[in-house]
Amino acid sequence: MRKTVHLFAKLTVSELRLFLREPVQVFFALAFPSILIIILGSIPSFRESTPDLGGLRVIDIYVPIAVALVLAMLALQVTPLVLATYRERGVLRRLATTPARPVALLGAQLVMNLITAVVSCALVLLIGRFAFDVHLPQSFGSFVVAFLLCAAAVFSLGLFIAALAPSGKAANSIGTFLFFPSMFFAGLWTPREVMPKILQRIGDFTPLGAGERALHEAATGHWPSLIALGVLVAYVLVFGTAAARLFKWE
Amino acid sequence: MAVIEVSNLQKRYGETVAVRDVSFAVEAGEIFGILGPNGAGKTTTVEIIAGLRTPDGGSVEVLGREPHNPELRKLVGVQLQESQLAEKMTVREALELYSAFYPQPADWRALAADLGLGDKLKTRFGKLSGGQKQRLSIALALIGDPRIAILDELTTGLDPQARRDTWDLIESIRDRGVTVLLVTHFMEEAERLCDRLAVIDAGAVVALDTPAGLVAEVTTEQRLRFRPSRTLPDEVFTALPEVHEVRHHGSQLEVIGDGNVVHAVTALLAANQIIAAELRVEQASLDDAFVKLTGRPLEK
Repeated sequence: MRKTVHLFAKLTVSELRLFLREPVQVFFALAFPSILIIILGSIPSFRESTPDLGGLRVIDIYVPIAVALVLAMLALQVTPLVLATYRERGVLRRLATTPARPVALLGAQLVMNLITAVVSCALVLLIGRFAFDVHLPQSFGSFVVAFLLCAAAVFSLGLFIAALAPSGKAANSIGTFLFFPSMFFAGLWTPREVMPKILQRIGDFTPLGAGERALHEAATGHWPSLIALGVLVAYVLVFGTAAARLFKWE
Repeated sequence: MAVIEVSNLQKRYGETVAVRDVSFAVEAGEIFGILGPNGAGKTTTVEIIAGLRTPDGGSVEVLGREPHNPELRKLVGVQLQESQLAEKMTVREALELYSAFYPQPADWRALAADLGLGDKLKTRFGKLSGGQKQRLSIALALIGDPRIAILDELTTGLDPQARRDTWDLIESIRDRGVTVLLVTHFMEEAERLCDRLAVIDAGAVVALDTPAGLVAEVTTEQRLRFRPSRTLPDEVFTALPEVHEVRHHGSQLEVIGDGNVVHAVTALLAANQIIAAELRVEQASLDDAFVKLTGRPLEK
């Protein structure tokens, strides 16, 4: 058992090291969301309370959006590419001939992503708090729940892409294709809160729309609404199960 | 003692029969070759032995266990065709990581040095040459200190020098006491390395013997050409039961006979204190044997 934990830790460290050698991925997952907060926070009018936003400031709205962005980057852009490339290059097949199991590498890749996500989100929250006076999530527990559920939903989708994509290139294309509409509904271009009602309703049924809603609600001191949580759980169940069923190791 | 026993193996992919009927046994300590053209079912056969695929029929035992037995992952090292590593992983990181998979790994530093990778430890996989990638792949197959090494098409894509270096390496693996199961479609490789060979064609074993035995099985003739230091009457040669015919080419003599003719003629010359200058023996090769066995040449 200790041996298994040790091996898993080694695989995770190895995955983390390989991730840190990809400058583009590192920039977009670890730096870009924080840079976005710094840029938006530097605009004076975005630091003023807006009646349209229920008295919140634009920068307050964008902190949970940046958190959703971190998860979308990692789950839709990094994970499918890495896992489909491993399959394409025979890395998973080679592992299958050793005492380590290919599923351990998949797990290590997910844990590596979760660690990266936590670090990047902490950066976003701390920069928001100390540079622009954005309150830390008032109900920290519900924020953690929203974060983990949103992560689970969007990584299930990422694994589903990795399960189906025949190559790393294909996985990357599918991931990018889903990334833009997903982030649209999460409010990256127009915050969800000022979107027309119809778009909000549609967004509620997308993983990042529902995820951002849950994060926003938790950040402003509410327990995430049932619809958002229900949608996220449904994504985990549907795409998580499908990915587990369909994942090809070679 | 057989370490791998394959009996009447069968495997289909949908309508395609990849392996029709394959049986052989690999003895401990030998280099056993599976030779055949592309698409003959070689890779499928070794993938079943390595526990990566489940056969549709027949049986396989590796070290007395069925191939899926997890215990075998520690005892069998596998180098798969076209199996790569992450582009940005260094040689050292790969060796360290893979050695952590095994309960009693070999010393990866010594292994890297033996395989000529000692000065490449900091090099990333993507920056290695084809030969270096293959050697790293072999190192990873040996890193668990296995009792059996399965090596699939390991010299494909290598230049002739790298190929010869790899051959030396495989002999050194065998010298460590590791049984080697080698898949190849190179005649020269099979002839040079293998103690015994299974020739597979269209999913079935068509011959199973030593390389020399395979050649002897299919050829009845050998030719010797030489310039004798002193002439002897033809009858002295034709009196030997092994000799079929003697021909003269100027000062050169050509003696044609069956399998043991070389030994018989050289003994005769020695007894008469005749020196055979410009001696050439024309023997059938494994190539000829393959053509006889399968009715067509093995593509290069």
